[in-house]
Amino acid sequence: MCADCPDRLASDRDAGFPLLVAHYQDLVYGIARRSTRRPEDAEDLAQDAFVRAYRALGAYEASRIRELRVGGWLASITLNLARNRARRREVPSSGLEAVVEPPDAAPGPATLVEEREADTVWQRRLEALPTRFRRAVELRHVSGLSYPELAEALGRPLGTVKSDVHRGVRLLRQVVEQEGIVAKREVER
Amino acid sequence: MRTMEMREARAMVKAMRSGAGRAPEGLADAVLSEVGLVDSWTEVEGPIGPLYVGWGRDGVSAVERAGDPAGFEADYELRTGRSIRRVPGMPPKLLAQVRARLQGERTGGPPLDLASLTEFEQAVLRKTMEIPYGEVRPYSWVAREIGRPRAVRAVGSALGGNPIVFVIPCHRVVRADGRIGEYGAGGPDAKREVLACEGIDTDELERMAQRGVRYVGSDTTSIYCYPSCHHARRISAAHEVGFRDAAEARSVGYRPCKSCRPLEGTPFAA
Repeated sequence: MCADCPDRLASDRDAGFPLLVAHYQDLVYGIARRSTRRPEDAEDLAQDAFVRAYRALGAYEASRIRELRVGGWLASITLNLARNRARRREVPSSGLEAVVEPPDAAPGPATLVEEREADTVWQRRLEALPTRFRRAVELRHVSGLSYPELAEALGRPLGTVKSDVHRGVRLLRQVVEQEGIVAKREVER
Repeated sequence: MRTMEMREARAMVKAMRSGAGRAPEGLADAVLSEVGLVDSWTEVEGPIGPLYVGWGRDGVSAVERAGDPAGFEADYELRTGRSIRRVPGMPPKLLAQVRARLQGERTGGPPLDLASLTEFEQAVLRKTMEIPYGEVRPYSWVAREIGRPRAVRAVGSALGGNPIVFVIPCHRVVRADGRIGEYGAGGPDAKREVLACEGIDTDELERMAQRGVRYVGSDTTSIYCYPSCHHARRISAAHEVGFRDAAEARSVGYRPCKSCRPLEGTPFAA
C-alpha cells in the first residue's frame, strides 16, 4: 500500500504529501464518517486530520518518517481527533442533538439504493457491538488496515488487536445468526 | 462446517468492505489548499471587465484581466512554484476584502502574498497601494518615497511586473510629464479606462502637463499639490495657481502638500 510514500515524504514533504492525500483520502474519510454523526462533520474531520498530519511531518526527523506505517498513523490521528471533538461537544450539549439528527438523510440515485441498504444493514449490525470490538472490526475489515497498522492506529499491542478483531467478528456472526432466527420465526408465524 | 464458516466470514467481510465509503470530491483539494500546497483561482468582476484572482495560504497572490486561463495558470506556477487550480468561488471574507479594495476603500483590503518578488519590487508595490483612489503620482514619486530616488526606471519595471493588478493600483502611477505611460494589463487605453472609472480626467491632466503645469496651488493656503490630489481638487478656479515645478512654487512662498507630498524637483525625475 503506497510503499514509497514514506520515502518521498522524508525526502520532500511538499512533493510527497499530495500523493499521500490522494492515496489515503478514502481511508481517512471512511474512518471519519464512521466516527461522526453527520457527513459534513466527517469531511471537516478528515480535512483536519490531514492538515495535522502535514504539520506533524514538518516536525519529524526523516528517519522517523521512513519508518512510518502511514495508514495506521493517519488512522490514529483521525481517531484521536474524533475522540477529542466528541468530548468537546459533549460538554455544552444537552443531549438533544442525538434525537434531532437523522443518521443518513441524503437520498442517492436509484442504482445506489440497494448497495446503500446493504451498507446500513452492516452498519446497524456493527453498532450492536461494544465500541472496542466494533472499532477493531471496522478498521480491519471495512477500512482494510493490516494488523500492524491496526496496532499503530489503536495504540495497542499486535496480539490484542488481533484478538479484538476475531472476537468482534464472532460477535458479529452471532448478531447475524440471531437475525436469521428472528426472521425464521416471523415466517413461521 | 469449517469451510462453510470461512465462506460466510469472507462474504461478511466483503459486504462490510463495500461500505468503506469514498472521500468526497473536494477533500484532497481542500486539504492541499489548507496546507498551502495548492492555490486557487476564480473569476471576479473588476472595474473594466472580469478578472482572474488567485490566492493561497498567505493571501491574494495574483490578479489578471480575464482571457487565457491556461496561460494564467502556467505563469502562476512558473512565478510562485506552486500549482493552482480553478475553483467556483472565493472564500466570502476574502472576496469582500478584494471588492473593498477594487472600490477604492483604503482599509479592509485583502492580505497580499508578494513573496515571489524581490524586496525592491515589494517596496514599490506597497508604496503604490498608498496612492488614493482617484489620484495619480509619477514614477519618480514612488522612487523617492521608497528611498531610491534614482531608481525611476526600476520602479517602472517593478510596476510593469505587478502580479496583482487593480488590487495594487499600478494604474495610478503615471509619467511626470503628464503622459499616461505604459500599462501591463492592457496598454495605455486600458489604463485611461480604469482611471476614468475612478473619476480622473486623463485628457485634462495631459493638457495641463502640455501647458507646463505640474503642480497646482491655492492662493488662500499657499500650499501646492499634484493636480489629482484630493486637496488640489477642492481649490476653486478663482484661487487656483499653476506651477511649472517645485522651485517656482517655493519661490513665491508655497509649501508642498503633506498629503500628496510633491517632489522637490530632482534632476532625475522622469
